[in-house]
Amino acid sequence: MFAPDIILAAVLNGLMTGSVYALIALGLTLVYGVLHIINFAHGATLTAAMFAVYVAHTVFRLDPYLALVIVTPLFFGLGYGLQRFVIGPASHGEDRNILLVTLGLSILIENAMLAMFRSDTRSIDVPYAFSSIDLGFTFLALPRVLAFGVALLVALLLGLLLTRTDTGKAIRAVAKEKTGAALAGIDVAHIYAVTFGLGAACVAIAACLLMPTFYVTPRAGNAFVLVAFTIVVLGGMGSIPGALIGALFIGVVESLCGLFFGESLGQIGIFLIFILVLLVKPTGLFGARA
Amino acid sequence: MLEVENLVAGYGGADVLRGIGLSVSAGEIVAVLGANGVGKTTLNRAISGLIRPSSGNIRFLGYDIAGKGPPAIVAAGLIHVPEGRRIFPNMSVRDNLILGSYRRGKPARAANLERMFALFPRLRERTGQLAGTLSGGEQQMLAIGRGLMAEPKLLILDEPSLGLSPLLVEEMFSLIGRIAADGLAVLLVEQNVIQSLELASRAYVMENGRVVVSGAAADIAADPALKHAYLGL
Repeated sequence: MFAPDIILAAVLNGLMTGSVYALIALGLTLVYGVLHIINFAHGATLTAAMFAVYVAHTVFRLDPYLALVIVTPLFFGLGYGLQRFVIGPASHGEDRNILLVTLGLSILIENAMLAMFRSDTRSIDVPYAFSSIDLGFTFLALPRVLAFGVALLVALLLGLLLTRTDTGKAIRAVAKEKTGAALAGIDVAHIYAVTFGLGAACVAIAACLLMPTFYVTPRAGNAFVLVAFTIVVLGGMGSIPGALIGALFIGVVESLCGLFFGESLGQIGIFLIFILVLLVKPTGLFGARA
Repeated sequence: MLEVENLVAGYGGADVLRGIGLSVSAGEIVAVLGANGVGKTTLNRAISGLIRPSSGNIRFLGYDIAGKGPPAIVAAGLIHVPEGRRIFPNMSVRDNLILGSYRRGKPARAANLERMFALFPRLRERTGQLAGTLSGGEQQMLAIGRGLMAEPKLLILDEPSLGLSPLLVEEMFSLIGRIAADGLAVLLVEQNVIQSLELASRAYVMENGRVVVSGAAADIAADPALKHAYLGL
């Protein structure tokens, strides 16, 4: 058995990993909740954002945390434009078309990355990569603590946006009652695009938080989005609090499984939970009944 | 205020409206009557921009609004309170009303909110409640309240009395009368023929996507043969 200190340290590390998962899952669940589709391009968007952070650092000498203020609005704009001018018009109002268009986009983006950056594993060097905070019983890596703080702050801001602003209320209105929203004068196509943009902005922030400690390859985003998808199912498809709590929980599960079964088997617990949720409570923790 | 001429519209190539015409003047209540399936709801959807007409003209306050989307039509002051209410079930009564002023009426939002609560005291009691948990009558009031939050010049009401108890139907019609007394024009689409004819100044009777009878509401109400032929009375 492990000492309580070690288990506590594993839980804290799991929460920090989970917070980054949360950002990715929030983007996925938000788009699902409003457009009612799984965005298959979410992983490729994350990869693209990670490369954007990589380029910002290697070419423009920009720190990843500073890059956040550029990459996030950039990806919001890209997401907005993609939905408004490509995915929306190409789907002709059919949900399964949107699905196929996002799948096609993900292949396109991944191969563009492959052509531009080859399949090499790339990472950036930041001076604080190995800085840590001493808690007495364990050390927490500074970039991961920062990631935790920023991720929770972003989740909070997203929550405030959705509940306190007209745009956020319009997003929630469109999610549940599209015709009613249109008749209140809400531009549904615009709201869809804003939602897609927010999803892309979420992964852009995740990319900035990941890059100080992680590496990027043209397929790097997919592993994260697979976990994020588990989280979205666990939390309830389309549920914002579900995605946040589910992500922190999954982060801890992964960390503890890694501790008990070895690092390489860390993710086994995630997919066991995924199968269990599907068997026992397919609507997830916070999901509405179908 | 609203002039519809030779309007043709439908779904997927099948025309439901086959050259319909009608008009509403400022401050007037106009009823559109007819059995199920004659195209009343399609008419509303075409006027409010939910579907694109294939031909014909729709003019509102002198602007051509045929083929424009709902945001532009709402911005012009034409508000459609749809059949089935279409309120936001996952949001509070207050947020539903607030979203009514998303496109139009935002500067006076707070004052209008107060006005709605005065008009519908039941909604004031339920401000924080999720709209999906309201009763049918309360949901209908909320739908109308949401429409009024946009400070409309013309209000289209599609079957506002549908599914309400007889007592609430009475209340609903007297409410519509009170709203219109403020100078708001109302296009009332109803299956409740007798009460609609009492309330409206003029009426159109639809059949098969066309207007078959039009005139003063009192004249239509007084013509038993006509009521029998088209309105099943």
